[in-house]
Amino acid sequence: MTTLMAERHPSDPLFRADRLPHIWCPGCGIGPAMHAYAQALVESGIPLDRHVCVSGIGCSGRVPGYLNIDSYHTTHGRAIPFAMAVALVRPQLEVAVFSGDGDLFAIGGNHFIHAARRNVDLNVICINNFNYGMTGGQVGPTTPMGARATTAPYGNYEQPFSLPYLAAATGAVFVARWTSLHLRQLKQAILRAMKKRGLTFIEVLAPCPVGFGRPNEIGDAMEEMMLYRERCVVDHGAPLAALDIDLRQRDHPIVLGNFVDIERPVFDPLAMRRPAPEVEDHAPLARKEQEG
Amino acid sequence: MLRGQSTRVPLDWKAAVLPQGQVYVIPSRCKECRFCIDFCPRDVLTLSTETNVRGYRYPVVATGKDVACVHCEFCSLVCPEYAIYTVEVAGAGVTP
Repeated sequence: MTTLMAERHPSDPLFRADRLPHIWCPGCGIGPAMHAYAQALVESGIPLDRHVCVSGIGCSGRVPGYLNIDSYHTTHGRAIPFAMAVALVRPQLEVAVFSGDGDLFAIGGNHFIHAARRNVDLNVICINNFNYGMTGGQVGPTTPMGARATTAPYGNYEQPFSLPYLAAATGAVFVARWTSLHLRQLKQAILRAMKKRGLTFIEVLAPCPVGFGRPNEIGDAMEEMMLYRERCVVDHGAPLAALDIDLRQRDHPIVLGNFVDIERPVFDPLAMRRPAPEVEDHAPLARKEQEG
Repeated sequence: MLRGQSTRVPLDWKAAVLPQGQVYVIPSRCKECRFCIDFCPRDVLTLSTETNVRGYRYPVVATGKDVACVHCEFCSLVCPEYAIYTVEVAGAGVTP
């Protein structure tokens, strides 16, 4: 049997297939991550019309435009406040924020920390490609120390965010980190996040061959994927403070895993206004039923 | 022996059926990133000699690998362009 040619992919009903091929560069890591998310949508058992995907600006912000579900492309950094409103007004919906590291942690950094502190019922999936890819490879809040970028020709001298550490410290109930290569694990993590109530955070390390790879002597996307394969170590119980990514030290592992899985009360702004439930309202009724 | 490779054999190994897959490619979507080719655990795929309309070579089944695909679906998962998938060939599975 040889190769057979096809016109459509079995996953096409989940995408707006008329817009494919997408605009992302050859070897971009957003595509596989979006595929894992799309498969998780089906496997979650929640009807597709109850899923909502919100994004901000950037390469990753394009994701909702390619997904065949209710999806919103909002202003820069404001995906979380938009999604928070959707989640609060329609609690029956499963709301995901699918955006990039620059959008979520630089421009929208404050929104993320406060949504995590309040524990809003959102699933945040952050594509981390270590730079501002769409605007031409500038230094972002996750660019590793020593990495070169358009705005750091001698190497970056800023301490980057460790996103899982930040998410755990601000109160996220589920925190994971996977890559565009660890797709089955990523899908399982997204499914776990969809089951959980409260703010869940999944970081996806993704190759950016044009914006990040080229100035950092990573030849192409394949080389960056191979780098993940060689240097990634799965350790669910890793200390959160030791999750830094250091590209300069070749023997420094990149730790992956589902680091945090806890329970915490979910954000409910009207909780204090509501009268004490059950006892006053339903007790007489229940008594009447018992007597009758 | 490769690091991490185990010499242990599953208890139901004799009863297991190794599925066989048929590779389908959508050439017009491919951007020649080579993920499917390099990450295929059975080295089933290779680059085509022809190019698609955008000038990219796309994956095809290598010569002599006609029945090597085991339908693990990793090519389908890792493809950033949704340009490749496999379908299990009914009744073609082999016992190891």
